[in-house]
Amino acid sequence: MDTQEQAPAVRVRSVIKSFGTGDTKVTVLKSIDLDIYLGELLLLVGESGGGKTTLLSVIAGILDIDEGHIDVLGVPLAELPAGKRTRFRGQTMGFIYQQFNLLPALTAAENVAVPLFIQGLRKSDALRRARIMLDRVGLGDRTEFLPKNLSGGQQQRVAIARALVNEPRLLICDEPTAMLDGPNGQKIMEILREVGRSPHRTVIVVTHDSRVFHFGDRMAELTDGRIVGIHPIQQEATA
Amino acid sequence: MNYVALKMLFGDRAKYLMLLCGLTFAVMLIVQQGSIFWGLMVWSQSGISNLNVPIWVTDPNISQVEEVKPIADTTVDRVRSVPGVEWAVPLYKGVLRARLVNGDYHRISVVGLDATTLIGRPARLLEGRIEDLREPDAVVVDQWAIERMGGPEVIHIGTLFEINDKRAVVVGIAVTQKDFQNIPAVYTTFERAVRYAPPERRALSYVLAKPQDGVSIEEVTRRIREQTGLGAFTAEEFGLKTLVWVLKNTGIGVNFGTTILLGFIVGTAIAGQTFYLFTVENLRQFGALKAMGTSTITLARMIVLQAFTVGLTGYGIGIGLATLFGNIAGAGGRLPFVETWPLLLLVFVALLSICLFSATISIIKLAKLEPAVVFR
Repeated sequence: MDTQEQAPAVRVRSVIKSFGTGDTKVTVLKSIDLDIYLGELLLLVGESGGGKTTLLSVIAGILDIDEGHIDVLGVPLAELPAGKRTRFRGQTMGFIYQQFNLLPALTAAENVAVPLFIQGLRKSDALRRARIMLDRVGLGDRTEFLPKNLSGGQQQRVAIARALVNEPRLLICDEPTAMLDGPNGQKIMEILREVGRSPHRTVIVVTHDSRVFHFGDRMAELTDGRIVGIHPIQQEATA
Repeated sequence: MNYVALKMLFGDRAKYLMLLCGLTFAVMLIVQQGSIFWGLMVWSQSGISNLNVPIWVTDPNISQVEEVKPIADTTVDRVRSVPGVEWAVPLYKGVLRARLVNGDYHRISVVGLDATTLIGRPARLLEGRIEDLREPDAVVVDQWAIERMGGPEVIHIGTLFEINDKRAVVVGIAVTQKDFQNIPAVYTTFERAVRYAPPERRALSYVLAKPQDGVSIEEVTRRIREQTGLGAFTAEEFGLKTLVWVLKNTGIGVNFGTTILLGFIVGTAIAGQTFYLFTVENLRQFGALKAMGTSTITLARMIVLQAFTVGLTGYGIGIGLATLFGNIAGAGGRLPFVETWPLLLLVFVALLSICLFSATISIIKLAKLEPAVVFR
């Protein structure tokens, strides 16, 4: 798909982000420019401390930027008041974390239903949709399991189901395969690849795991707070 | 999100139980100590409440009911002559010593009632008839006399003992509110009580009176004060005067106040610390919820719901345990344990403030939480 012809789903322009003040001030993002398109799975790679997670956080609107401009699905995120930004995030974004961040007291189905609870859906409706989503990620027989009774791969699939249950247009994934073995990591990336193929969705994945690079459409390399290269990934490599 | 909040609370069983134990302990301690304190205050007024009369007349400088300041015998007639007084009768009250046939001595509180009317008599007798007080040397003892003076084998109807070398015969067993000083009460007639007591120039301890129908008790006490120059108090005023004296002149208020305060502080500390730890340990989860679009207000509501759920559960269990303790340990009025609704309301307010404090420090932590924590 020639994504470059459409308007970007995420448009990052001259974004600067620093932490600390005075002598301890560290600039983590140094004038970042980046476009990410619908129907695309973008891999964000680079050395540790290079600013990948910070970039992910500012795109998600959970960190404020110092300078620059970010549009997400046409909305200037930095200009939204905090409350509206939180609501926007809940309605349009899904998150997958390295450490899963499932609520340990909730069953798999209840964990998946959390974003729907946040949207104010009735419990029975939310759980019904959560079970359908768990079935789609191959965990239809584990809906009432607590996270501690699931393997790492299964927990991450629950996290994916949770991220997708309210049908977000932007899926943000931070090292989703870092805590998983090879085969489980491949399975997770296959699911994300599938999501990324939808023309209405964008998937951003921060990863160090070179074994999953071939699942991406493009790869943006971030070093010392700057994007040093954006490369398309040869699709034949995925075959 | 209420469902998620409660699942999070109940899911961490160890912390939930610790929180519950802390709050239950605090509520139980405050209710138990508060009830015993109030029970003691009720006991301190039993010298008034056991007689159940509306107006007490005595020396104007009296501090409390047990501090007898004898007044002139003519006072009875002077009070009777005050307009609005329906009746006025004499009362003797004093602490004497009883000598049993086995040679044991016991302090007793002798109450001498007007022989004609027996006004001020105990409301209920376990055995015997109050009218038998008019028999020669007759006395009625209360149930605490049996307990303190050797049991039912020693004190029963027909028992003979001496008060100041004078003969006394038990003709009845009365039910009374235990006395603050835990001295058994012995009822007899006024004249006989005066005979038992060592000779004094004045023998009248109090004049008991009642206002006529249609005249307010406050008005009658005012008239008695003005026309006799004596102290005239309603039973409630005299009770309050006694209570204030006890609080001022004994360490009871400070002692119980300190324990109650400690219960409050310990409860606050345990609940506050545990709840804060509960929040801190779930910070990533809260961060994830925030990242997924949960507003800080919703998170605050979840925290408040958690705090108040565990708080109200602890309140119920704590009150249940304190009441159980009071019913078992205080059976038959042996322990001064009086659980009143104002105390329960006060404890409820105290508990709400503990919960609010615990929730607030957690909410402050959450308000400062950046959802970016989930990416670290």
